[in-house]
Amino acid sequence: MERHFDASLRELKEQLLGMAGYVERAIDNAVHGLQGRNPAKIRSVYEIERTVNREQVTVDESCVRLLALQQPMAVDLRLIVAIIKINTDLERMGDQAVNIANNSERYLALEPLKPLVDLPLMFDEVKGMVRDAINSFVRRDEALAREVLRRDDAVDELKRRIFTDVLAAMKGDPGRIDAGICLILIARNLERIGDHATNIAEDVVFAVSGEDIRHARREAP
Amino acid sequence: MTTTSPFLLETRGLSAWFGNAQAVKPTTLGCAANTVTAIIGPSGCGKSTFLRCLNRLHEEVPGARAQGEVFLENGPVYGPGVDPVAVRRKIGMVFQKPNPFPALSILENTVVGLRLAGVRRKNVLRELAERSLRLAALWDEVKDKLDQPGMSLSGGQQQRLCIARALAVEPRVLLMDEPTSALDPVSTARIEELVTELKKEVTVVIVTHNMQQAARISDRTAFFLLGEVVEFGETSRLFTNPVDPRTERYITGRFG
Repeated sequence: MERHFDASLRELKEQLLGMAGYVERAIDNAVHGLQGRNPAKIRSVYEIERTVNREQVTVDESCVRLLALQQPMAVDLRLIVAIIKINTDLERMGDQAVNIANNSERYLALEPLKPLVDLPLMFDEVKGMVRDAINSFVRRDEALAREVLRRDDAVDELKRRIFTDVLAAMKGDPGRIDAGICLILIARNLERIGDHATNIAEDVVFAVSGEDIRHARREAP
Repeated sequence: MTTTSPFLLETRGLSAWFGNAQAVKPTTLGCAANTVTAIIGPSGCGKSTFLRCLNRLHEEVPGARAQGEVFLENGPVYGPGVDPVAVRRKIGMVFQKPNPFPALSILENTVVGLRLAGVRRKNVLRELAERSLRLAALWDEVKDKLDQPGMSLSGGQQQRLCIARALAVEPRVLLMDEPTSALDPVSTARIEELVTELKKEVTVVIVTHNMQQAARISDRTAFFLLGEVVEFGETSRLFTNPVDPRTERYITGRFG
């Protein structure tokens, strides 16, 4: 039996997916702008992020309205609670894209520190996590969500490698500290985006199964 | 043989029939002391019948019978030598529509059970009436008009008068069969607040069609479907993460 509520939930999910699309584009443009040394592309991130902010408010309003008017239970309740949280994570990803854009603009104004090797790898990994986290939400795919959580370690490892390399380069030439710091910050921004993707994956597991797996992974014996 | 149960009220394999039609299939449930247990389920699922078996009201319907066991504080509710009237004094009931006795005053309505139990002294009756009316959160509204007819009160007040009447004989359990379905939201909220207060005094079992009400006031919830308990558990868990897909479908309104 299709309920009117199902149509509202579908609309809400579509709103959230629209917002996720903007967030993915913001991250893409920030990193591709850096890689392609394309300041216009980097600057496009700021406008996209303003759209993300507006979408965040709209999604929250829809959630509050559905909670108040439909008083959802069980799987419906878990879905809306998850959307509220995913909404916050998406908006913060947008903020991190802006941070990457800022750091990239600064980096491009300096002499390049070294060819970017691990950063594109890290970007691909994070982008994949974001994509799969969103896909796991769309498909209600708990297994895919759990897979996203496992990939977080690879991102951490790449970040560690970037830190080590950049630090070595900075130690060799103090004149390049500014550029080095930009790259370290960008790696840190990407890592944070990966963390938000894992938050989303955890929310998907909760929405689908009712199981709260936050903090369970690292605290497990 | 006696066994000690952690429950104040307990059923073991309790079934009920109207003639040949089985309304409740063998049901085993326990309610701990000073808790509120909600019973939810679609119309005709047997939840009210189950409730009425708990204080032996069901058998008053011609052709109706119950089978299985009910225990109150480890004592049998059914069985030879058990007086149903004595059971109903310990397991009181409040119905869907407030039903004060039309010919009786507020005071007389409150103490009618005590009078039937043989209490005669006016000052004792008056004292117990005040206690019950206070417990039912009605005292302040009626203390200056105790001699007026019970029917002169509003619907919500009448329902609280019925609760006071049930409490006057100091029952161990209060059964409530959709006690707010005939009331407006304000009166409903007052009764819900009252139920939460009352569990300090009595153990409550409430049948309700209002799932938000079950969620707000009960500690544990039983979901009945086609005469059987599909799921029984902590209310907070049942409404957020039900185990049985039938519970899920019912509480999310997907039944049809």
